[in-house]
Amino acid sequence: MSNAAQQFLEAAGTITRNLRHRGLIQTALRKYEVARDRKKSAFNDWSSARQSAAETKWDAINHLDTYLTEFTSKIEARGTKVHWCPTGPEARDTIRGIIRDAKAKCVVKSKAMTAEEIHLNEALEKDGFEVVESDLGEYIVQLRKEPPYHIVFPAMHLTRDEISDLFERELGSAPTREPEELTMIARRALRRKYIQADVGITGANFAIAETGMVSITENEGNARLTAALPRVMITLLGIEKVLPKMEDLALFLPLLATAGAGQTVTGYNTLYGGPRQPGESDGPVEWHVVLLDNRRTELLADPEQRDALHCIRCGACLNVCPIFRNVGGHTYGTTYSGPVGSVITPHLRGLQDWKHLSNASSLCGACTEACPVKIDLHHHLLQNRRNAVGETPSWIERLAWRAHAFAVNTPALYQFGQEVARIVEPLRQRLQGTPLDPVKTWTSTRDLPPVAPESFKEWWRNRR
Amino acid sequence: MNVTLFIPCFVDTCFPQVGMHMVRILERLGHRVTCPEAIACCGQPAFNSGYWDEARQVAGKTLHHLRDAEAVVIASGSCGAMLKVFYPQLYAGRPEEAAAQRLSEHTWEFSDFLVSKLGVTDLGARFPAKVTFHDGCHGLRELGIKSGPRKLLEKVRDLELVEMSDAETCCGFGGTFAAKFPMISTAMGEVKCASAADTGAEYMVSNDSSCLMHLQGLLSRQGKPLKTLHLAQILDSQ
Ligand code: SF4
Repeated sequence: MSNAAQQFLEAAGTITRNLRHRGLIQTALRKYEVARDRKKSAFNDWSSARQSAAETKWDAINHLDTYLTEFTSKIEARGTKVHWCPTGPEARDTIRGIIRDAKAKCVVKSKAMTAEEIHLNEALEKDGFEVVESDLGEYIVQLRKEPPYHIVFPAMHLTRDEISDLFERELGSAPTREPEELTMIARRALRRKYIQADVGITGANFAIAETGMVSITENEGNARLTAALPRVMITLLGIEKVLPKMEDLALFLPLLATAGAGQTVTGYNTLYGGPRQPGESDGPVEWHVVLLDNRRTELLADPEQRDALHCIRCGACLNVCPIFRNVGGHTYGTTYSGPVGSVITPHLRGLQDWKHLSNASSLCGACTEACPVKIDLHHHLLQNRRNAVGETPSWIERLAWRAHAFAVNTPALYQFGQEVARIVEPLRQRLQGTPLDPVKTWTSTRDLPPVAPESFKEWWRNRR
Repeated sequence: MNVTLFIPCFVDTCFPQVGMHMVRILERLGHRVTCPEAIACCGQPAFNSGYWDEARQVAGKTLHHLRDAEAVVIASGSCGAMLKVFYPQLYAGRPEEAAAQRLSEHTWEFSDFLVSKLGVTDLGARFPAKVTFHDGCHGLRELGIKSGPRKLLEKVRDLELVEMSDAETCCGFGGTFAAKFPMISTAMGEVKCASAADTGAEYMVSNDSSCLMHLQGLLSRQGKPLKTLHLAQILDSQ
């Protein structure tokens, strides 16, 4: 078992017994479901909206080469510097180089899961730069020195009291339970940083090929300040973020907001087309767009799971996933958690080390049903399982499945098995609760149904 | 109609009464029921574990025995999904592909067979109790079964059907998942049971015995008064 799998099992064992966590997450996500359903009904036809979005993304991903070059040539024409980075370390080094050239000390950053993916903050802090997260949730988890809990709601695992305590400890503020008050405390601390910062780093929601623009959606206005105030702006995005046309946003912006957060549209939706142009009075003097591959092209090469690149990181699959709801985001130990994380992490970071996430699913399909771009998530989990076995089968398991096949295919043996189960049942019951119980993974929390005195097939035979 | 009833191994071994009720209901409706004794499993456990070659060793036999059936009725949404949705994938590009496709088209989950194929909703049953229905995920999302079981329950005399808030949430069984990740499976089951208990129902009913095995196991262990019951059992009550 990989280290990651071991850690997952241990963390899941602890957190699933934590009823406070369970209550908090279930309540929050049930509220989300209500809001999402209300907003979904504002669409004429939610299922055709999803279908149309899936087709648009299919086109974008299957013609990624064309659309990416269209995007970059348009955006470069307005003076943006584009950097193509095949790996995480290369993207990190590129960004470090830009910051060093800008002679910056302080960097503000808006929310970007790609930055988490390449561990950007740690790298920059090691270089001696001060990096401040400007999204409230991200700021909170940064103060707690932990990774985001959820790709859209980074601090959803915390109560107001916990946030108030944190601010009191880290920022010296007075305790409060009012969300507005808490927001203002963070805002006051952050405003100073926007002014001090020499570089702003953002992520991106969409890259529009047709016009060469980056679309960023957010609810706090912090990404706008991050982009507009510092002299140098850096935008880090995965190569899958591309959309062919500007008009695609008419569907994708409400789709993202509805599926992800139960909103009509997100509070602020901004398009960035280039650095400050001659004659303009504001905006960054330099803009660098860093395009990250980091094994996305390997996923692109897999025709079966290529649609995982459709992902717009809305978080809907996490929100509805009963596994996520019970184990929470940190248990996964990955940048992308929940169903989409379980699907793509094996591709991004190695199948053998991360296959346990594909096994840790009841394959209920709630994710696939919720995904606004119709990624066949739960079937991809099945394919990951098959691929993992195909690469390195466990001979013990293989033997066990062969024995199982032989037993169920041989009626006499199958019946004999039932008979044995019936005979050993009293003994098994006595062993229940002891380490010798052969089915203790089941019986430690659940009763086992007794073997019926007469099986269906016996009844059927006798009846005739 | 000639109905071939496929009774999966765990129903055969632990819940034979579910199969018996199905036989009685189908025969009462005038159909000729057969039950091939040579097959016991659809191959889903190995399939879901990633061992597709071994799954085909089991599925091959089932496919062979069921390939010419007029209608296969199956006592579990999950095994139903295996035959209807996953056999064609398991045999894609193989000589058995056409047979798997044919079987897929002729396979029905029990409640779906009654409502969608036979057009029957009133079986003359009477069951004086308050019940809530749990949608098994494979039946719900792979086979699209949602309204059928409810239509059947609505016609049962003296039965009160109440919906729980988490009716469509997975119960946490998930086959080998329940044994490989018992802590997650248990937590999911607890959420489900709490949601069902909140309705004040006496019974949590489903069309999938595998979910019920897990849920009843939890309820019994925790000494909860809520009971689980297979839909066929209610439909055969007088
Ligand atoms: S996989 Fe689908 S539901 Fe999940 S985050 Fe991506 S777009 Fe949203």
